[in-house]
Amino acid sequence: MAEDLITVKELKMHFPLQKGLLDNLLAREKLSVRAVDGVSFSIKKGEVLGLVGESGSGKTTTGRMILKLLEPTSGEVFYNGRSIFSYSKNEMEKLREKMQIIFQDPYASLSPRMSIGKAISHPLKIHALYDKQEAKQVCLAMMEKVGLSPASFLYKKYPHQLSGGQRQRVVIARALVTRPDFVVADEPIAMADVSVRAMILELMIKLKKEFDLTYLFITHDLATCKYICDRLAIMYLGRIVEIGPLAEVFKNPVHPYTATLLDAVPVPDPTYKRTHPIPKGEIPSAINPPPGCRFNPRCNLAEKSCREHDPELARVGEDHFVACPVMSTRLRS
Amino acid sequence: MNYSPASALARVFSSFTSMGKKYGVEWWILVAGAAIVLGIVFMAAFPDIFTPFNPYDQAAGPQLAPPGGAHLMGTDNLRRDVWARIVFGSQTILRVSVLAAIISSMIGISMGLLSGFSGGILDRILSLIMDSVYVFPGLILAIAFAAMFGPGVINITLAVSVIYIPTYFRLVRGQTLSIKQELYVEAARAIGASSTTILWEYIFPNVIATTVVVFTLNVADAIMIEAALTYLGLGLPPSVVDWGMDLAMGKKFLPSGQWWLITFPGLMISLLALGFTMLGEGLAEILNPRLLER
Amino acid sequence: MNNIILDIQDLKVQFPINIGTVRAVDGVSLKLKQGEVMGLVGESGCGKSTLGFSILRLLRTPGRIASGRIFYHGRDIVGMSEKEVLKLRGRRIAMIFQDPLTSLNPLFSVGRQFVETLQTHEKGINKKEAIARAESMLESLGISKERLQEFPHQMSGGMRQRIMIGMGLILNPDLLIADEPTTSLDVIVEAQFLDLLADLCRKFNLTIILITHNLGNVAQLADRITVMYGGTLAEVGPAGDIFHTPLHPYTQGLLASIPNIKLDQPELTPMEGSPPDLVNPPSGCVFHPRCPQAMEICTRQRPPAFQKNGHQVNCWLYR
Repeated sequence: MAEDLITVKELKMHFPLQKGLLDNLLAREKLSVRAVDGVSFSIKKGEVLGLVGESGSGKTTTGRMILKLLEPTSGEVFYNGRSIFSYSKNEMEKLREKMQIIFQDPYASLSPRMSIGKAISHPLKIHALYDKQEAKQVCLAMMEKVGLSPASFLYKKYPHQLSGGQRQRVVIARALVTRPDFVVADEPIAMADVSVRAMILELMIKLKKEFDLTYLFITHDLATCKYICDRLAIMYLGRIVEIGPLAEVFKNPVHPYTATLLDAVPVPDPTYKRTHPIPKGEIPSAINPPPGCRFNPRCNLAEKSCREHDPELARVGEDHFVACPVMSTRLRS
Repeated sequence: MNYSPASALARVFSSFTSMGKKYGVEWWILVAGAAIVLGIVFMAAFPDIFTPFNPYDQAAGPQLAPPGGAHLMGTDNLRRDVWARIVFGSQTILRVSVLAAIISSMIGISMGLLSGFSGGILDRILSLIMDSVYVFPGLILAIAFAAMFGPGVINITLAVSVIYIPTYFRLVRGQTLSIKQELYVEAARAIGASSTTILWEYIFPNVIATTVVVFTLNVADAIMIEAALTYLGLGLPPSVVDWGMDLAMGKKFLPSGQWWLITFPGLMISLLALGFTMLGEGLAEILNPRLLER
Repeated sequence: MNNIILDIQDLKVQFPINIGTVRAVDGVSLKLKQGEVMGLVGESGCGKSTLGFSILRLLRTPGRIASGRIFYHGRDIVGMSEKEVLKLRGRRIAMIFQDPLTSLNPLFSVGRQFVETLQTHEKGINKKEAIARAESMLESLGISKERLQEFPHQMSGGMRQRIMIGMGLILNPDLLIADEPTTSLDVIVEAQFLDLLADLCRKFNLTIILITHNLGNVAQLADRITVMYGGTLAEVGPAGDIFHTPLHPYTQGLLASIPNIKLDQPELTPMEGSPPDLVNPPSGCVFHPRCPQAMEICTRQRPPAFQKNGHQVNCWLYR
């Protein structure tokens, strides 16, 4: 039985807003953007958890917090059972070998003045894992593995000399060169050309098997999740509204938001007709989320209690949890 | 491949013209500026090729001889050959202005990087100091420092270098602040790079390109400041051969018709400053699109 | 009515830059019928946006129309003077863009921008009439008329995008060019927007060119679809044909490689290679280096258009 590699408990990230002069004078309460407002989940070793949400859902912020690239306002992150906030500075450095991130924009995440060979082998240098010669060999081997071939020729190239697809391969190679266990992939294909996306996805799946990786796959595109994720966590305005196995969530979405999200995904088939009505309105601001369940103003199943209590995740199936008391009650009866 | 000198020359020439076609007039400005600068540097490095005379020799020729014959630029009131003084004077002015630029850039860039990167109170204090220095007109400040330090090549170099430190500081600090927000800096943190590593291996290389242009323009400006200081009699003892001092001396003889004593030093100062300026402006235009190339 | 409203003939658009000339659109011919929705799809760099901009002569320097004709109701836009093109823009042909925040003036209220547009193009309209027109437009868009007093930054992204359509349609054009209008929107707002577009198309009898890289967007909305690749046409045909019986190897490869949430498909089939260099495009058919069915002639000659029951494909396989 695979154990939990990563556990996240009640993570919160409230970005403080700058107070205006008037606010300061009148001592008004400090407002903050509640980007992530109490998120909990676990990822088993070898699993791919898809963290899905639209803009403002807090998914990217969550990913950053797990890697301690952002200090959370509160909450905990456990790696192999141990809280990463208890790590000393040295231990945290070592941890960065094991936990890595692939960013969305391959062009922006590479220094324009660093050759790609140097960029990929830099983590090896930082963690002093090999001597100079060995590090270069490891780097070349990794480049071949991700499809940057011929490696010795591309080693000296700069990011602007490569195509978008090649750049994303460089980013992947850099993330995997220290043989991490866990990789956060933050919208890794969103900025790639359409005809190249499948290639990157296939590469990530192949490498996951080969290096025995665990992924947190952050995306707004549910369609992509189908091909790589084992489980899905749907986020809305800083909270998880539904979490469960991919097939389950796709076939029987319980939370009203999940259902409409699945339905709204554009389908490349002209004969397809949508079955659910689209919710009206848009995602409200994270500074002042609606009281009670955050989705209630747009939900066609909303009842009075939805405006009063902010629901917690409740079990609706084996390993399937939903934060919607209305639907949970319906399913029980 | 044909290796004869003629074909090598032809290849160099054709690569020049292809660069010219690619970048337009800016390339030729850069080439012209580089030619002037390299010409004068060569002259400073190998003065004996250019003149048989000694600039200190007070018996080189007749007194106040006009240009012509053995004395290309004439002689001065102490019977020294003017052209020789020009040739050897180039060493002084180049030494002072280039060295001053090197010193200011090293100090200004490192302080700018540090200040931009660390932020907080260090940034506030440094910015305050730099802004105060920046506000002063360069020449006034240089005069003040030169008067304070007294005459000497090292002293005048230091005096000139101080006024440019804030220029590099502001440029580099601004760039550091914006680069700090870039995704690749965050990516560097994600792979475990320490702050020092990030500063020198990720931020510095991306900042340096613009400083090259500032450097060349800095030298051009330093040339003018150095000449102004020595013209005013500050910074260097009369025993050193210097264009600015010759300019001051030549001024006295202009009313009596000996125009060559002031004209040639004046022309050379302008030419050298122009050369560096053209080099800098040409570089700026050419490096600019490259920096934005995707 | 099978009336052809737009007839693009062998259009070539180029951008001379320092390393060479980018052949953004390299010989594209297209006919658009009144009242239809044409989906113009392709990946970034295929020339679809450039084509859209060319129709309204909105190319940014150094871009220029090198050759070809664009006939709008029989009149050639390429040959028109700037003054004549100004009469077309906004009035007969409107365009909406990807990012409404930068396309709307941040300093003026939305209402004022509507009124200004109306008063500039329709001489003699007074302020009261203009406001009434703006209010009725907002109603069609599903926005309450109080919003006319708001400024763009006070509105959400989806609402701004709807205002953008409103601005485009207020002068009753008959052709609307939408350049990647939903790329910056979230999935649900995107669906709302596309529904609105379909609704407005019926209500105002619009002809729409919908430019996008997302095949899912055009599937429900478009009557016909044009697939572009590397500045050239790959395939043009009714939406159903393109999706269910794609003829061009590029379209086939693309459809097999994009995620489809409703399809029972265990794996994606990636495409080989990457999009072409437009300064030095491959000889012959631009797609041949990536084409699994490339033949010898594909490396030498650009394929012409071959017709197969109202379905056009530019590929030697169909000679």
